[in-house]
Amino acid sequence: MKTKSPYTLSFTVLILALLVFFLLNLSLGSVNIPLEETIQSIFGAKIENESWEYIIRNYRIPKAFTAVLVGGGLSLSGLIMQTLFRNPLAGPFVLGISSGASLGAALLIMGSGLLASFFSVSFANDVSLAIASSIGSFIVLLVVLGMASRVKDTMALLIIGLMFGSISAAVVSVLSYFTDAERLQQYIFWAFGSVGNLSWSQVALLAGFVAVGILITIAAIKSLNSLLLGENYAQSLGVPVNKIRFFLIIATGLLAGSITAFAGPIAFIGLAVPHLTRQLFNTTEHKILVPGVLILGAIILLLCDIIAQVPSSYYVLPLNAITTIIGAPVVIWLLVRRKKMIF
Amino acid sequence: MAKVQPKLSGSIILKGKALENFENKDFAKTLSVVLTEPLASKNLSVKELVALGRQPHTNWLGTMNKRDLSVLHSSLKQLKLEELQNKKCFELSDGQLQRALIARALCQDTEIIILDEPTTHLDLYHKVEIIKLLKNIAGNTGKTILFTSHEIDLAIQLCHKILIIKETDSVFGDPCTLIEEKSFDDLFPKDSITFNAKTGSFRIVK
Repeated sequence: MKTKSPYTLSFTVLILALLVFFLLNLSLGSVNIPLEETIQSIFGAKIENESWEYIIRNYRIPKAFTAVLVGGGLSLSGLIMQTLFRNPLAGPFVLGISSGASLGAALLIMGSGLLASFFSVSFANDVSLAIASSIGSFIVLLVVLGMASRVKDTMALLIIGLMFGSISAAVVSVLSYFTDAERLQQYIFWAFGSVGNLSWSQVALLAGFVAVGILITIAAIKSLNSLLLGENYAQSLGVPVNKIRFFLIIATGLLAGSITAFAGPIAFIGLAVPHLTRQLFNTTEHKILVPGVLILGAIILLLCDIIAQVPSSYYVLPLNAITTIIGAPVVIWLLVRRKKMIF
Repeated sequence: MAKVQPKLSGSIILKGKALENFENKDFAKTLSVVLTEPLASKNLSVKELVALGRQPHTNWLGTMNKRDLSVLHSSLKQLKLEELQNKKCFELSDGQLQRALIARALCQDTEIIILDEPTTHLDLYHKVEIIKLLKNIAGNTGKTILFTSHEIDLAIQLCHKILIIKETDSVFGDPCTLIEEKSFDDLFPKDSITFNAKTGSFRIVK
């Protein structure tokens, strides 16, 4: 179990698949660019078609990197949540983190509409949107953390998270009632989810957040394993449970909060990928699962993004819808096949 | 006593040191537990579960060295779990799961193991098996094994020492002395259950 050898093959296959999907993601889209030219362009060679080169350098590569960060990061935060909350249905969204982000975005887009009638300027652009949703998710996270120190029961915390989700959904619906069609549309587009339209500097910022989340998780791998026994057992193994729980919630907040801020709410990845990874590796060891969910999550989101782009057409489907259409049946399939959901 | 719940009052002293003065990790090397609460994840394999007992001894990543592995194997062997080691916990019977949990505590390699009602949910045969195993472990390894139980009949026959916890005065001693001192006689209301000192067992008053 502790030797990595049985997993070497799986990891090799996964990494190859990641590369393949990364290239496919670069190559396919409204304009299909042949793989050969794509690869040449990545390695800096001049290719004949300048617009292709422009598309790849300035649009497709940042988009593919974002997809990798979003897929890996959401899956990792889902894995942490499921272990921490001892609940196979936990995901980055149940703590209310994404609801907080949605509320932040809604307040900015639709709230600024109400203010704009006084100032006649629009506050809502991509950057301020990312900031607003980050602030929203962190406010919810801080409140949940505050409650976590009072409520020792993790199940209660989970329910509190769900209640926050309901509250923010209600506020959003009140706001949308009073807002004009244009701003409503802008909010809806954000809520569709997308990994495109990020500048290189935004991708770098997102990568920074995700990296911190990953580092915290790696430092906590051993404690995550002990938490599989339950908090009392973990305590008896010498794990400082309260401290670890605090850091893990921070890590999830960073991962899910920053990702939702930049890419909008993207459902089911955080819930389904950890389950798929457990099936694939047939282990509960987080040393294997952490890199596993990162790679598998990235692959699946690259795939979802390819589908959402609808290759050779000018349509772009909402990414959030694609992940749900793929993710929900996976969860159902796991339930039916295994009879019960275990983690 | 296992630092699972905050103490109500007084002080608990282990090896001349109050419990709250122990470092988490040192305490985990001194005392291990088997609790009644269900495992958070039943998807652990028996081997993974038992190996988690090594955590206080391993490095920050939990890498198992030779010594860790040998303790793991001897724990699995002592609890007769070798054939079950790759099964998942949800596939085990209650008795097998209990054995796996005891193996985990044993794998933690502590001087003291505390078990909370290790025999509940088991039939008589498995109850006896578990307690016999515990007795063997105590004999072979020189560990102190402490468990709570409602199975007084079994405890009288199999344990070295018993602490009878009553509302007023609790008594501690080896089973024979306790019988001679008539400590068991007034444990239950006499109109429904009486204690027979000759056989060392309880009888129901019909």
